[in-house]
Amino acid sequence: MADVTPMRTGAETALVDMFPAVKASLPGTAKVADARKAALERFQAVGLPHRRIEAWHYTDLRGLLREAAPIAPAPDASAIASVQSAGDPLGDIDGIRLTLVDGHLVPTLSALDRLPEGLEVTPLATALAKGHPLVDAHMGSIARAADDPLPALNAAFVSDGVVLRVVEGTALDEPIIVRNVLTGDTPAATFTRILLVVEEGASVTLVENHEAFGGVAHQGNSVVEILVGDRSQVEHVRVNARGGNGFDLSTLGVRLGEAATFRSVALAVSPAVTRHQIGVVFAGEGASLSVGGGALLNGSQHADTTLLVDHAVPHGVSRELFKHVLDGEATGVFQGKIVVRPDAQKTDGRMMSQAVLLDDGAAMNNKPELEIFADDVQCAHGATCGALDEDLLFYLRARGLPLPEAEALMLQAFVGEAMELIAHEGVRTVLEGVVESWLRARM
Amino acid sequence: MLEIRNLHVQIEDKKILNGLTLTVNDGEVAAIMGPNGSGKSTLSYVIAGKEDYEVLDGEILLDGQNLLEMEPDQRAAAGVFLAFQYPLEIPGVATMTFLKAAMNAQRKQRGEDELATPDFMKRVRAAADKLQIGQDMLKRALNVGFSGGEKKRMEILQMALLEPRFCILDETDSGLDIDALKIAADGVNALRGGERSFLVITHYQRLLNYIVPDSVHVMAAGKVVRSGGKELALELEANGYADYRSQAA
Ligand SMILES: Nc1ncnc2c1ncn2[C@@H]1O[C@H](COP(=O)(O)OP(=O)(O)O)[C@@H](O)[C@H]1O
Ligand SMILES: [Mg+2]
Repeated sequence: MADVTPMRTGAETALVDMFPAVKASLPGTAKVADARKAALERFQAVGLPHRRIEAWHYTDLRGLLREAAPIAPAPDASAIASVQSAGDPLGDIDGIRLTLVDGHLVPTLSALDRLPEGLEVTPLATALAKGHPLVDAHMGSIARAADDPLPALNAAFVSDGVVLRVVEGTALDEPIIVRNVLTGDTPAATFTRILLVVEEGASVTLVENHEAFGGVAHQGNSVVEILVGDRSQVEHVRVNARGGNGFDLSTLGVRLGEAATFRSVALAVSPAVTRHQIGVVFAGEGASLSVGGGALLNGSQHADTTLLVDHAVPHGVSRELFKHVLDGEATGVFQGKIVVRPDAQKTDGRMMSQAVLLDDGAAMNNKPELEIFADDVQCAHGATCGALDEDLLFYLRARGLPLPEAEALMLQAFVGEAMELIAHEGVRTVLEGVVESWLRARM
Repeated sequence: MLEIRNLHVQIEDKKILNGLTLTVNDGEVAAIMGPNGSGKSTLSYVIAGKEDYEVLDGEILLDGQNLLEMEPDQRAAAGVFLAFQYPLEIPGVATMTFLKAAMNAQRKQRGEDELATPDFMKRVRAAADKLQIGQDMLKRALNVGFSGGEKKRMEILQMALLEPRFCILDETDSGLDIDALKIAADGVNALRGGERSFLVITHYQRLLNYIVPDSVHVMAAGKVVRSGGKELALELEANGYADYRSQAA
C-alpha cells in the first residue's frame, strides 16, 4: 500500500504559513531569499519528521511539537537590558563574548570592536544582506537543508548568528563565548546559525550557552557548521540550560581537515524536548575527533542525541562518550553511527553510550551502529543502561551519606566522565557546576 | 553498648542467621570467628543496614537505640562503622571528595558544623601518615586501582576520620601480607579506648595476635555457638572448625 502523506499538523501549517508573513523581514540578498524559499519548499514537501522515518523513530517531532511558536521579535532596549543585568553564567571565564538576544546579535553585548588579531567576526545578518565569501563557500555545505528538515527550517527562517574566521596559524588564547538568550515571557521561536572557519594550523575554543528567562516554552533551532582546517585544533562546547518547557533542536556539522583535532561536548539540562544532531566528516587523513555529551532529565522530558561519524579517509581516530541521567518518566535517545568507507583503512573508532535510570518510568533508547567497508580498522561500540549500583550506594550510605547525596555523588562522577572531554578547565568547571545544580535540585 | 538479641535473617528465602545473640560492652573488642559461609559478613551487613536482607525476628540495639529502624546513613551518624571485607571501587569519585562528603554528612546529621577545608586537610594528613597512605593515593578515585592492602588501609583511614562508636572489621586481615597487617592493626589499636567497641570478624587467628580481643565468639550456621576469652582463638587455630560444622548441621 502506498504511504499516504498525512494531513499537515497544526505546527506544520503554522510554519509554512509563517514564511510569507516574515520573509520580507529576514535578512539576505536575492540569492539568499531564493535559498530560503527553496528550503521552505523542501520542508513543505516532507513536513516535520515522524516515527516512520528511521532517523526519527524515537523522536516523533510531528507528535511532540504541538504548536509552532511565532518568531521572536527583535529585542528592544528593555530586553537587551534584562540580559545585561541578569549576569552571565560563564562570567568567570575570560572570553571573546558575542551575544544573541531573541535571535539577533546585539553589538553592545558583543566584542565586535575589540577582537584579537587573527579572528574575524561578521554578524550573520550582515553577511546574508551584503554577501560574504565564507557564507557563499560554506554555509549549508555541511548541515545540508536537502538532507534534513531541521537545517531546512533553519535555512528558511534564520534571522542572525555569526560568521567566524580564525586566520591561518592563529592560536586564540581565550574562548569565543556565544550566548544565545531568549528573554520573552511568551513562547517564541528562534532560528540562529554559526559558521566557524578555522584555517590551517589555527586553534580555537567555541562555547555556545543557550539560556532563557522565565521557563517559557521557547523553541530554538540552531545550526553550527565548523570547518576544521588542516592541522588545526578546535574545541566546541554547547550548553542547553534553557530548562522550562523549551524545545531545543540543534544541528552540528563538522568537516575535519588533515591531522586536525576536534572535540565537542554538549550538555542538556531539563529541556522539554531536545534533539542534538551531530555529523562529522573526516575529509583529511589522520584527524582525530572526540565527541561526547550528557543530558539530565526528569518529568516527561525527552533528549535525543543523533550522531553520524563518517570516516571517508584513512587514519582517522574517533572517540564518542554520551551519558544520560533519566529520572521520572523521561526518555533518552542515543543514535550513533560510525561509517568507515572503503578507503578509510587504519580507522580507530570507539563509541559508548551509558544511561542511568533513576525511576521505573524512565526509558533509554540506545541505537549504536557500525557500518564498516574497510578491512584494516579497529572499531567498537557499547551501550549500558540501568539503575545506580546498589552496592556502591550502600557503601556511600554506610559512610553517612543520605541516599540523595550518595546518588548525587555517583551521578556527578557518571556525567563527569563525559565532561572530562572538555580541555578548557574554566569551561569544564562551569559545566560541572550546571550538573551539580541539577543534582542539588533533586535532593 | 551493642546488644543483638535472637536475630533471624534471610535473603531470597534462604535463612542465614538463626537466632544470633551477642553483647559487646563499652570499650570491648569482641572477635567473631567461624567457617566460611557461617554468616559473619551477613551479620556485619545487617548491623550496618544493607537492604537486601530480611530481618525476620530479633533486635539490634546500640546504646538502647533500635538500629533496625534506622537508615544506613543514620546508623553511621549514630556511630556504626563497617570496614568492608571487599571495599568497593567508586570510579570518578575522588578520595578526598568522598572523605569530606562522608565526614560532613555525619556531622550534619548530628547537628554539628561542617569542617572547614584546612581543618579537614589537617585531619586527613595526620591520619593518612599513620597508615602510610601517600598523597598519590588520596588523589585517586576511591579505591580504584588500589591493591588489596591499600583498600584495607583506606577503610581504616575512614574509620579513624569518622571516629565511630562501634567498629566492625570484616576480615580486615584477608589479602594482607604481614607488614600491611601490622600497619592496619596498629591503626585499629590506636583507636581503642574509651567507650569505643569493636567487632573483629576473622576466619584465622593470625589477626588476633595483633588486635588482641577481650572476648572470642564462635559462629556456625548463623548463630554464636561458643564464647570465651582470647585463648579460645588459639584452640580454634589448633583444632579447626570441624567440631562446629557438625554441631551446626
Ligand atoms: N546476597 C546473597 N544472596 C544469596 N545468598 C547469600 C547472599 N549473601 C550471602 N549469602 C549466603 O549466606 C551464607 C553466609 O554468607 P556470609 O555471611 O558471606 O558468610 P561468611 O562471611 O561467614 O563467609 C552463605 O551460604 C552465602 O552463600
Ligand atoms: Mg565474609
